Amino acid sequence: MAMNNQGRPTGIGSAGVAANGSSLLPNEPLLFEIGDADHSGVDLPDVEIDGSFLGGFARKSALDLPGLTEPEAVRHYVRLSRLNYSIDSGMYPLGSCTMKHNPRLNEKMARLPGFADIHPLQPVSTVSGALSLMDQLGHWLLTLTNMEAVALSPKAGAHGEMCGMMAIRAAQQAAGQGHRNIVLVPESAHGTNPATAAFLGYQVKPVPARADGTVDVNAVKAALSPEVAAIMLTNPNTCGLFEPEIIEIAAAVHEAGAYFYCDGANFNAIMGVVRPGDLGIDAMHINLHKTFSTPHGGGGPGAGPVVLSKALAPFAPVPFVRKGQGGLALVEHAEGGHLGRITAFHGQMGMYVRALTYMLSHGADGLAQAAKDAVLNANYVKARLQAVFSVPFDGQPCMHEALFDDSFLKDTGVSTLDFAKAMIDEGYHPMTMYFPLVVHGAMLIEPTESESKATLDAFCDVMLDLATDAKAGNAARFTSAPTRAPRRRLDETRAARSPILTYTPREDLPQAAE
Amino acid sequence: MRYLPHSAAERAEMLAVIGASSAEALFAGVPEGALLTEPVELPFHQPEYVVEAQMKRLASLNHAAGDGPFFIGAGAYRHHVPASVDHLIQRSEWLTAYTPYQPEVSQGTLQMLFEFQTQVAHLTGMDVANASMYDGSTGTAEAVLMARRVTKRNRIVLAGGLHPHYRDVVRTYLGDGPDLVKLAADPTGDDLGLEEIDGNTAAIVVQTPDVFGRLQDIKAAADAAHQKGALLIVVVTEIISLGLIEAPGALGADIVVCEGQSLGNALNFGGPYVGLFATRKDLVRQMPGRLCGETVDADGRRGFVLTLSTREQHIRREKATSNICTNAGLCALAFSIHLSLLGEAGLKRLARLNHLKAVKLSRMLGTVPGVEVLNTSFFNELTIRLPVPAAPLVDLLARAEILAGVPVSRLDPGKPELENLVILAATELTSDADIEMLASSLHAALEGDA
Repeated sequence: MAMNNQGRPTGIGSAGVAANGSSLLPNEPLLFEIGDADHSGVDLPDVEIDGSFLGGFARKSALDLPGLTEPEAVRHYVRLSRLNYSIDSGMYPLGSCTMKHNPRLNEKMARLPGFADIHPLQPVSTVSGALSLMDQLGHWLLTLTNMEAVALSPKAGAHGEMCGMMAIRAAQQAAGQGHRNIVLVPESAHGTNPATAAFLGYQVKPVPARADGTVDVNAVKAALSPEVAAIMLTNPNTCGLFEPEIIEIAAAVHEAGAYFYCDGANFNAIMGVVRPGDLGIDAMHINLHKTFSTPHGGGGPGAGPVVLSKALAPFAPVPFVRKGQGGLALVEHAEGGHLGRITAFHGQMGMYVRALTYMLSHGADGLAQAAKDAVLNANYVKARLQAVFSVPFDGQPCMHEALFDDSFLKDTGVSTLDFAKAMIDEGYHPMTMYFPLVVHGAMLIEPTESESKATLDAFCDVMLDLATDAKAGNAARFTSAPTRAPRRRLDETRAARSPILTYTPREDLPQAAE
Repeated sequence: MRYLPHSAAERAEMLAVIGASSAEALFAGVPEGALLTEPVELPFHQPEYVVEAQMKRLASLNHAAGDGPFFIGAGAYRHHVPASVDHLIQRSEWLTAYTPYQPEVSQGTLQMLFEFQTQVAHLTGMDVANASMYDGSTGTAEAVLMARRVTKRNRIVLAGGLHPHYRDVVRTYLGDGPDLVKLAADPTGDDLGLEEIDGNTAAIVVQTPDVFGRLQDIKAAADAAHQKGALLIVVVTEIISLGLIEAPGALGADIVVCEGQSLGNALNFGGPYVGLFATRKDLVRQMPGRLCGETVDADGRRGFVLTLSTREQHIRREKATSNICTNAGLCALAFSIHLSLLGEAGLKRLARLNHLKAVKLSRMLGTVPGVEVLNTSFFNELTIRLPVPAAPLVDLLARAEILAGVPVSRLDPGKPELENLVILAATELTSDADIEMLASSLHAALEGDA
């Protein structure tokens, strides 16, 4: 394992080894270069079939799928895994992503046969524990947010946004307001917000940010009109700030007959401390894979339940669990104003189990403490770095993430990207870069509550050392970085210009970039 | 609290460095009155063993599929997942890694996705596949939207054998209207809807094996679609069928969407699963979702990156091809490991074994008086007609701990012609004894009913 300048392991394998790598620093060939059609890691009887029920559609085309025996497969995937950074091996200061510790009890519980080995279409009488789990998860989410109803089934945050915005559209259509076709989106929003609004056919109208990084209620009022369906606002916002005028914004939006969609990606800062329902929010998705610790898994699966206000509750999509006299019922078919399905079956049950386990472990007190520690950690990083780094918005303490811009790198020849890549050589995953778009060369750092003071101090020491070195004119350390990772910088232009998206055997394995 | 590293002294030290008087002072931006002074009304934190006991109690209230004879399919299937799959996906470097936006420190995930994309392309017989979707149903809705972008036409035809949940998801995404033609299910007739394809049709969506287990003529559907300039979207909910049934890509499909749960992933009461999305090379820039591509690093070594991201929301915002952000990373990994373990030889054996079990199931059910097997073709799933409404009978058998299949009325209620139908699946985990017990219990229940 590679070491950083302070002599600590970087948490990932390293380059600078022979072309074929080694077991400690692997350079793993592709599955298609090590497996073949004859090997298999699964023993199965080789049965004969007569084909009379195949309707003449038996496969004739090649499958061309390489197989590996179990020892070969274990080695392939273990060696590949060693090329990844992970939260278990080091701090992941990715702003907006909430890379917190993933408790292992969650994983153990999700694998209980009573949760993992039940089919979504089993008779409801055989899955009362599953319905109860969904009901309890909903209860926790509604209590934490002070909202009226919850749609559990969205598969991820962006899917939750779509669900919430569909509920808003349905409510307006039911009220004869279906002509409303504009959605207000602040410039600091996540890319999914305008993408979701446009996906549903809305025209996106940006709302400019104020000089202090927050949204001005007067700017919202100026943008509101009888054609506006909703505002999509992130709170705490993507600059890491709580929107101070959020209650006034909600009132203005409601007065104009529009709804308030809140992007709940940053709920970790306020869970158990502030309830979105108290702020006038009508719909908000909650990323279980951020706030409630379900693992990111290298890009998914996520889960994005949406909480809804009283006005939107009648438009929640099916399925949902309903409390009745005979206990819990599963409503699977749309009735009244309810939206139809946004996914097959009942959503991300495996993630529900993990999230509820996390909630029961923390409790109301522990969740509030986690939010406070997340905010404490971000402010600590901000306080320790701000003598050298540049803070664009310093009007209030930050919430769970600290935002810096690149003005401290002016005339150093080092860009935000270079700085981030140099962090890799010091054993850290880069922070979120160039987002939000409202500040130049943004660096967004979210330590989460999982990091100890010692870890934060070590991280801040490295960040200050890097910044000092950049200012001292040592640009080469940055522009050539990373040099201690499994790969140096990759040629993304080449990848996009003539895409190679599947493996095809060939002699001319890629050589140096042109 | 076992997950929070700070001691009270450390919190105080940190506040002093920040220059804040208290933790609450850091919430200065919160409007007055909105900051809670007491914890919300929920239980407080608990030791691991207490939480574990609570969760186990909930789990014990469910009847696990492995607890008795089990024949439920209809879009999610119970298969054996090799122990090494679940072991490997729980390695920290897979489980707790973020989306591979920093390729230098994410080559494991990226190379795996590249291998996954190649496996999916080969399975489906298509040129390219993406790095996965949420699941098969949302993938189908995305495919329909992609077909509209590609053809600049609006009309969509859904074959009658498309899983009703998938049909409903497409309807929710698109909205109901004259441009969405949904064929009524007719499990013994022709309900493909090829005659509905016209010059304004963007795509027809055909599932095979369809929700009733029937194998559909994809070549005929492709020819009919292409004749009118429409695309053919093929949906496969049982991915193992492709080890035995012809690849949709070899028969003219333009987009293939699959539910990949059967490989590597547990039933999980419906999720998380993994959507597979494959298409022709010339349509790749209209594809939704993440794509991984091969390139080189600054030293000329092969490496992988997420690519063509100018289609995606984080770059294109409101001009993106989809609002999708997440994929099903870890489920795609499980899929890929399981398929690597099987290999071509293993997948073919597994597919034949599944089919053989279904043949046995079909033969045995055919001997039960009053039961009619509707399928003339199937892979590992088929539909029977009972002389009585299916749902009460399935519930009755469930009380005897036999999970006998899915009454079609649960998926597609309010249709008298479907009320007596049950969809049943058999897999490699179905024993001959299970099949015999099902048949004898069904026989007894029907006699008791008469």
